[in-house]
Amino acid sequence: MPDAQAAAQSLLIALVGNPNTGKTTLFNALSGLSQKVANYAGVTVEKKEGTCHDQHGKPVRLLDLPGAYSLNANTPDEAIPRDVLLGRRADTPKPDRVICVIDASNLERNLYFTMQVLDLGIPAIVVLNMMDIAGARGMKISAANLQEQLGVQVISVQANTRQGMERLRVAMSQAELPLAKPGEYPPSLREALAKAHALLNDGATNPDANALAATVSLLCSRDRGDSVAAGVEAARELMERDCPGWEENLVLSQYTRIAELTRNAIEQTRSGDPTPTDKLDRVLLHPILGWLTLGGLMTALFATIFSVATVPMDWIDTGFGWTADWIKTWMAEGDLRDLLTDGVLAGVGSVVMFLPQILLLFFFIGLLEDTGYMARVAFIMDRLMGLVGLNGRAFIPLLSSYACAIPGIMATRTIANPRERLITILVAPLASCSARLPVYVMMIGVLLPGGAGGVWLKVAFMLGLYALGTVGMFLFAWLFDRKLRSSNGSTMILELPPYRIPALRAVLLRLWSRARVFITQAGTIILVISILLWAATSYPKPADGDDTDRLTQSIAGQLGKQIEPLIEPLGYDWKMGIGLIASFAAREVFVSTMSILYRADDPDDDEGTRRLQTILREQKRADGSPLFNGKTCLSMLVFYVFAMQCMATLAITRRETNSWKWPLFQFGYLTVTAYVAALLVYQGAGLLGY
Amino acid sequence: MVCSHSPLSGLSAGSSATVESIHLEGDDSFRLRELGFLPGARLRLVRRAPLGDPIEVEIGGAHLALRRSDAALIQVKVTPDA
Repeated sequence: MPDAQAAAQSLLIALVGNPNTGKTTLFNALSGLSQKVANYAGVTVEKKEGTCHDQHGKPVRLLDLPGAYSLNANTPDEAIPRDVLLGRRADTPKPDRVICVIDASNLERNLYFTMQVLDLGIPAIVVLNMMDIAGARGMKISAANLQEQLGVQVISVQANTRQGMERLRVAMSQAELPLAKPGEYPPSLREALAKAHALLNDGATNPDANALAATVSLLCSRDRGDSVAAGVEAARELMERDCPGWEENLVLSQYTRIAELTRNAIEQTRSGDPTPTDKLDRVLLHPILGWLTLGGLMTALFATIFSVATVPMDWIDTGFGWTADWIKTWMAEGDLRDLLTDGVLAGVGSVVMFLPQILLLFFFIGLLEDTGYMARVAFIMDRLMGLVGLNGRAFIPLLSSYACAIPGIMATRTIANPRERLITILVAPLASCSARLPVYVMMIGVLLPGGAGGVWLKVAFMLGLYALGTVGMFLFAWLFDRKLRSSNGSTMILELPPYRIPALRAVLLRLWSRARVFITQAGTIILVISILLWAATSYPKPADGDDTDRLTQSIAGQLGKQIEPLIEPLGYDWKMGIGLIASFAAREVFVSTMSILYRADDPDDDEGTRRLQTILREQKRADGSPLFNGKTCLSMLVFYVFAMQCMATLAITRRETNSWKWPLFQFGYLTVTAYVAALLVYQGAGLLGY
Repeated sequence: MVCSHSPLSGLSAGSSATVESIHLEGDDSFRLRELGFLPGARLRLVRRAPLGDPIEVEIGGAHLALRRSDAALIQVKVTPDA
């Protein structure tokens, strides 16, 4: 296999650094379009790989490791760089070299992580990025001085304008890179660390400085991984006994080294002027203007999503319709044709319809992240979100869920705390997404025919449904927070990075990788369930009869009758039961299913919807009273507010939580809530005499 | 020159101080130390969020937001502006 051989021969270079250092910008500049994005096995942390060519034209493999503040990992994101650099991940080989990216305007803290990496003894290049911001803050940094003291090459670049990239490429192309001078520990600390090292490494003696640095990062990590957890506890106890206060002293000694380094390398020439970020934040985080800009931006964002997205949504809808018609003219009638047109195309089409909305949301979320405004939204909203145990970072994912829960759930990756992230994922489907809108419109129309109550009552109903979902969202978040609360890691530390003009290419690259995840991951599950749903609504086939008879006698139809006793207390008959089952594909399928069941025409346009509403209102129960009376309509509306009827969301929850447990739990708790709420509404209304 | 002691959460917006001691629980205080919250480190309370919580702190060139309940456990010595 020549490919594998070539891969084995080419160097693997990892990019590491603090979050927001421009590491990914550098990675994009080096690797161009040759990127692969996947997940690390077992965790939902993105693994970004690319290739570039060195000065001699030889291919080099690049690995963009997630940003970290320390090798002493606190979160799953930070555990990845630690484990990769220590060669402890089965799915990623230990890199041959590292490029440590540093935000020059924040040199000390960036050096803390960089020196931890250098101490591991991997050949390294240090890159100073954002020298312009450092300059604006009145700092003069000598790369030459740092290089002399650290013992490795230090190159200043401007990743966004690609200055200094050639020098970096030359450095990467060197056959040998010098190693950094390892740090020294105070003797008593060194002795205790050697014992801890022996405990973790089957009694290995005489560890060198690099091995001790690796031991330190295992000892001090809060996110430990399973393989060494038991040994680490014992080793920590040993350290505590031999060297009380060792963790504090480790940090202190590291910062003492950094202070020595920077004493000569940084010259504070003048007190800094307010940076553009300082000036912008005076407006964007202002007690009044901050709210106005946030509200204005979010309104503009949603107005764009709901107005702009409808155009391509119509194209997709029409396109799927044309394709189905085309297949119908070219293929002989039969099950295979029906499978393609009514199963695959109709089912996949009803979800792909939402792709423009999803892509637009991804695009806006990407812009918010890359400009640095996302952190400001979290800063402004944290107090409110904190009331129910959520983090300010949950705001944008939950807000996005009012258009579609899928991009919302995928955007929760910016929430570092795994517990808060899980809660946000679990409650996201309670935001009334746009697929519920057609159901709401139809049922409110049945409930309030014609001019009854006027348009304002209809609007009030609609707002009430959104409010109900929102209240449910906060209530369950609060409940889950109480249940899942753990003792450690409740502190929120949120960095407010400098504002940046986003690189359109980087935003589009990420948009593409997220869209691909949606299409491939959700797509396969959507396809399978579409086919299953089609089969359930088509078989067994009646000898004759129209669509209505076919649906009535199908497995789904029989299932609808089977569950009738279960849904009767909610005020539904078996036909509505079929609608509920079919809308698991996507909620808006309920409308088209009802139109087939009640022999209404295609409800595609407004007139069609009105005809369907009239037909539904005319349906009678056995006793002659109307089938869709007020309390049935209300109960149905409440059911749709809470119920989890979206296979695409379940597929994404599975991917983002990396287990079947959480999507199943999500489905279960939301379905039970929907049932109970609808039951209370219907029976409660009955008791009140309606 | 008057120096006064206060929890970080009690600083007024725009004022500078140096860190004296951190009283958060083990894991949380360790990370804060790693981010530069060490005795003697200079910091500045930039502003409070529109709803009063969290607070924005500038330390070592970085801007970090902390919740008031956490900041209450960090003791600082208020220093007049340089």
